[in-house]
Amino acid sequence: MTLRRQPLLMLGVAALGVALPLVVPDYRAQIAMLWALIIMAQTWDITGGQTGYNSFGNILFFGVGMYASVVVQRDVGLDYFPGLVLGMAVGAGIAAALAVLLGSMILRMRGHYFAIATLGLGIAAGEIAGGWDYVGAGSGLSPPLFPAPPATANLFFAYLFFGLAALVFAALALLYRTRFALALNAIRDNEDKAEAMGLHTNLYKITAWAVAAFFLGLVGGAMGNMLGFVDPRDTAFAGATFGVWMVLMAILGGKGTLWGPVLGATIFHITQELLWTHLLGWQRVALGVIIVGIVVFFPQGILGWARTRWPARHGTNERGSERA
Amino acid sequence: MSAQLTVQGATKRFGGVTANEDVSLEVPEGKVVGLIGPNGSGKSTLFNSIVGYHPVDGGSIRFEGREITRLRTAQIARLGLIRTFQQTHVFVQMTGLQNMAISDAEAGHGLFRLMRPVSAETRERAEALLAFCGLFGKRHLMAGELSFGQRKLLELAMALMVRPRMLLLDEPTAGINPTLINGVIERLQRANREFGVTLFVIEHNMRVIMSLAEHIHCLAHGQLLASGPPEALRNDQRVIDAYLGAR
Repeated sequence: MTLRRQPLLMLGVAALGVALPLVVPDYRAQIAMLWALIIMAQTWDITGGQTGYNSFGNILFFGVGMYASVVVQRDVGLDYFPGLVLGMAVGAGIAAALAVLLGSMILRMRGHYFAIATLGLGIAAGEIAGGWDYVGAGSGLSPPLFPAPPATANLFFAYLFFGLAALVFAALALLYRTRFALALNAIRDNEDKAEAMGLHTNLYKITAWAVAAFFLGLVGGAMGNMLGFVDPRDTAFAGATFGVWMVLMAILGGKGTLWGPVLGATIFHITQELLWTHLLGWQRVALGVIIVGIVVFFPQGILGWARTRWPARHGTNERGSERA
Repeated sequence: MSAQLTVQGATKRFGGVTANEDVSLEVPEGKVVGLIGPNGSGKSTLFNSIVGYHPVDGGSIRFEGREITRLRTAQIARLGLIRTFQQTHVFVQMTGLQNMAISDAEAGHGLFRLMRPVSAETRERAEALLAFCGLFGKRHLMAGELSFGQRKLLELAMALMVRPRMLLLDEPTAGINPTLINGVIERLQRANREFGVTLFVIEHNMRVIMSLAEHIHCLAHGQLLASGPPEALRNDQRVIDAYLGAR
């Protein structure tokens, strides 16, 4: 993606975000899901791509946000919309706090050890939620009913998730222009060297994970309301679906790039919907084949491959570009 | 002349192997001091102990009057004591300029000071130091695309970006094209003279260390064998025996 064309591209995507739910009303729920997947891939990439810390447990923050939001909506007694806003905010706050707490314990582990440590997080959370009566135990929770017909609800959620995606994209676009992003990249490339240069590596890793957790918490809260049902393993701590997908989508599009996860999530979502429609019964097999194909042929992702193929367009040749 | 770095009785064991045993030495401020010794004599271990990469089993290390024995690498680096690695360590998927920008300690390493783009001052200083190391033309290339020797020079430039008080250089000329070695020596001397940085240098190339250092410490089998000016060490029978084996 040439940097000069970025504003144009953002404008185009924004126009699509506004127009699509009105042009193709039948696909509103799918459109909302697409924006949610984009956020998941982008937030995963903060640690996974930019910092080189592959987390398989980010689904934890999504699920915590979902539960916290619905519990707040159930217990605080506000109207639907104020309740939803408060619930999402509380969920995001708890998710971020949890990331700081867990991160200060396990982010000291390097590389693969961290990845393994995160593997159990989502599973453990699912087990806890499934046995805790206050949050409905195994039978889960239902968010309050949306105060309008389903078509309107879908329109609302399509725009809500579009708004969230725009917020996350803008926040990350700004973040990735700072020296903080360089610090994360430095940790990814060589953590020993980063320490030898005096960087507070642990603090940065924890902060990066907390930012991801905050946005995932927001998405989780909204998602519980859109799906209309919070199940400990199938929707909230859904490690086998959302949990794996967010990793795949980021890798497919290109780890460590701003646009990669956006591209990856879009291709993934469209492909997956086509498989459901045309290969019913075999969709998981086809998905598996695609995953293997991605890892074998595009280990750097689409944008990673493009950057190696055309360095001049990405400002990494001898002439450089406007970017520092 | 006061010692900027004082190592007192440093001992480091790895299981049954004693890598450093009761090593005591000083590095005076503003000087170029060498550390020599045969392979496996514990030079890199001593560097690692000094910069807090691993804890010592005994002894103490003081830097500018401050006890740093128990501090960690990053804390010691922030005091202005920076080390470079024998095998080059640079950030390979970042451009030379980005490598420099994140090394700028003056721009700040605190969370809030990091949350802003690279400033014009940082960029100017980075470009000046890259030019100093002969890498200005390569500043937009990924560091991973540079040759081994260029990476060593980039590592030196990054270390200078910190405005260090003292640099610990682990074999700055190893693996570098012989025609480039003089350039490295000249840049190290200029860094010492013009930026007032104390240099403590591990080096195997005797021609390099003899022309660079004003004072040399020699390690053998983990112990300090001899210390003195280059000419004295060159003629010291114990040093010659340690390198060539006693007859």
